[in-house]
Amino acid sequence: MYDSPALENTVDTKDIKISANNVQVFYGETHAIKDVNVAIEDKTVTAFIGPSGCGKSTFLRCLNRMNDTIDICRVEGQILLDQEDIYDPRVDPVQLRAKVGMVFQKPNPFPKSIYDNVAYGPRIHGLAKNKADLDDIVERALRRGAIWNEVKDRLHAPGTGLSGGQQQRLCIARAVATEPEVLLMDEPCSALDPIATGQVEELIDELRTSYSVVIVTHSMQQAARVSQKTAFFHLGNLVEFGETSQIFTNPVDARTESYITGRIG
Amino acid sequence: MPATWIFLFVLALAVIGYVLGRRKAMASAGGDGRLMHSLPSYYGYNAALFVLVPALLVLGAWLVAQPMVIERSVQHMIPETAYETSGELSLIMSDVHRVASGLETAVTTGQITAPQLEAMQAGSTDVRGLLGSVGVAVGSDVDAVTLEAAKSYRARNATADTLRNIVVGLLALAGMALAVLRTDKDYRARNSVEKVVLALLILAASLAVLTTLGIVFSLLANTIQFFKLYPWTDFFFGTTWAPSFGGGSELGILPLFWGTFYISLIALAVAVPIGLFAAVYLSEYAPKSVRSFAKPLLEVLAGIPTIVYGLFALLTVGPMLLTAFGPDSVGWMSGGTAVMTAGLVMGIMLIPFVSSLSDDIINAVPQSMRDGSYGLGATKSETVKQVILPAALPGIVGAVLLAASRAIGETMIVVLGAGAAARLSMNPFEAMTTVTAKIVSQLTGDADFASPEALVAFALGMTLFVITLALNVFALWIVRKYREQYD
Repeated sequence: MYDSPALENTVDTKDIKISANNVQVFYGETHAIKDVNVAIEDKTVTAFIGPSGCGKSTFLRCLNRMNDTIDICRVEGQILLDQEDIYDPRVDPVQLRAKVGMVFQKPNPFPKSIYDNVAYGPRIHGLAKNKADLDDIVERALRRGAIWNEVKDRLHAPGTGLSGGQQQRLCIARAVATEPEVLLMDEPCSALDPIATGQVEELIDELRTSYSVVIVTHSMQQAARVSQKTAFFHLGNLVEFGETSQIFTNPVDARTESYITGRIG
Repeated sequence: MPATWIFLFVLALAVIGYVLGRRKAMASAGGDGRLMHSLPSYYGYNAALFVLVPALLVLGAWLVAQPMVIERSVQHMIPETAYETSGELSLIMSDVHRVASGLETAVTTGQITAPQLEAMQAGSTDVRGLLGSVGVAVGSDVDAVTLEAAKSYRARNATADTLRNIVVGLLALAGMALAVLRTDKDYRARNSVEKVVLALLILAASLAVLTTLGIVFSLLANTIQFFKLYPWTDFFFGTTWAPSFGGGSELGILPLFWGTFYISLIALAVAVPIGLFAAVYLSEYAPKSVRSFAKPLLEVLAGIPTIVYGLFALLTVGPMLLTAFGPDSVGWMSGGTAVMTAGLVMGIMLIPFVSSLSDDIINAVPQSMRDGSYGLGATKSETVKQVILPAALPGIVGAVLLAASRAIGETMIVVLGAGAAARLSMNPFEAMTTVTAKIVSQLTGDADFASPEALVAFALGMTLFVITLALNVFALWIVRKYREQYD
């Protein structure tokens, strides 16, 4: 049924990177996320699946406090990153976002050169000691983003001139350049063609060796291909969370089964 | 019958055409609108436009051409011995017009009849008395030539009016007949109506361009006239501005140009930072409630007439600066009117131009840019500085240039705030004046339009026009070169 179910993906017990306890999210009067508990492991790809409007993107944006930029949004409950509450008043959301990077649905390179796009994060966080160091960081990030070979000769061309797939990989490289510990991806392939999608998926699998990756996706095939853990959201509830292989072959909840077999969605 | 009646007649025909066209189309489709090519109202509009467009075009052209043609033919009746210069001819012709309109009034009010008018002789009838009784005062007795010309003028006008009404009326009728005959359910009325709309749009667009050209040409003739009387090297490179209507003036543009430049520079130095910061605050930081009253409040500044700003400069800012920098303190300033006074007040005037436009442009930067930046751990101010302002830059440059051209063209604040002395000086606390202020002072009063002292105003205007044009072209080039696309 799926291209390559992740049955053979090795699953070891790993450290918990992020743990969410009883998280509630409200948009004004709307109760968007209801009582979500989830533990996201380090060096693992965790996929959030579910029908449109089920709250998976909203929950993802809680993990780096991107919801703070929306006035009417209110988050309750506890989200721990390395055992520290990220909603603690002492935590600077700006610092947090440097640790928890994010890649968005639509590629959004800044209207700057490719080099400046990638150097943006390292520059504002002061990660480079000098120009050579910065060049180094940019090259490493672009290599990690699997786009170095395509852009190495035109680093000073505008990032917006790249194709959609290249732009998205540039955005991933940009996120990687700040050396985050967790990488959040909000439907990173929804605007891409199948070839670019394949490249990004390959990249995600590679990033797993150094980061904890959380990916929201509409494509169940994609979730099965790239993730080790899968969480199924429905109407703001976390219905089921477990090994990807188990969710896709032997779901516990009837709703999960209906969704992955295409009856609700 | 005056033109108003024929105009109303054409309008009425258009309404009838609308009804007929619509009805005929409906009838040909058997009352079923789905069988027709276009919506029923399009057939009506099509017929109405067939009535209106040709008839009104001819009417318009006729109204422009008729006075010119009749004027010329009546002028031939005046013997060449009666005048020497074209000025005297135009005096005689204006007499002819007045007598003709008086005669017209006399006939319409029933003082005399048309045959009586035909028989009227300058010697035998008291034409002056007759005209006086209908409210037209004539300076002297009307001589035979003028009377004959006036009679002929009146008669020709009446004939032409009748002819015009017939032609226009027939054209309207023919248009209606043609449109209604062509109407059936398969006629492409929608396409034909949209062609007219397209023509209307093209007309509107070309009018703006043509007006600009017209303005240039109206300045051009007088400018050329000026350069025939005054050497262009002295005008462009002269450093003294000393017009004297007695002759022997020195008309160098440099002091005026320097004044314009200096005052605009100070105004922009005030307006650009304040306006830009206000825009950043309003669009990025201000809560909705603050923004909703602060933005309109700021825009009120743009609605204040510039003469009021001038009074503010004269009565408040000037004296304030004088206390701060005048003879009682550091002694840099000798009077309230100075470059600084005008520049500051003009800067205040320009703040809303910069802030309001920049605010709109900053708001147009997509949210995904902000999200991308915040997602990398950037603060709000880093995001503004490094992502939003660069993305909005072309628009901001546009806003600044709009402000600059306002500053260059501003007159009232300069007259009241900066004084009238044309001077080349670096001291911003001295009185200076600008090109626009001098254009006004050269053309007001009883200037002789043939002297270089008056004609210089046109050369100044032309120079200003060329400079602002160059500024705009330069700005467009800058914007295109440094544009950062974000889509």
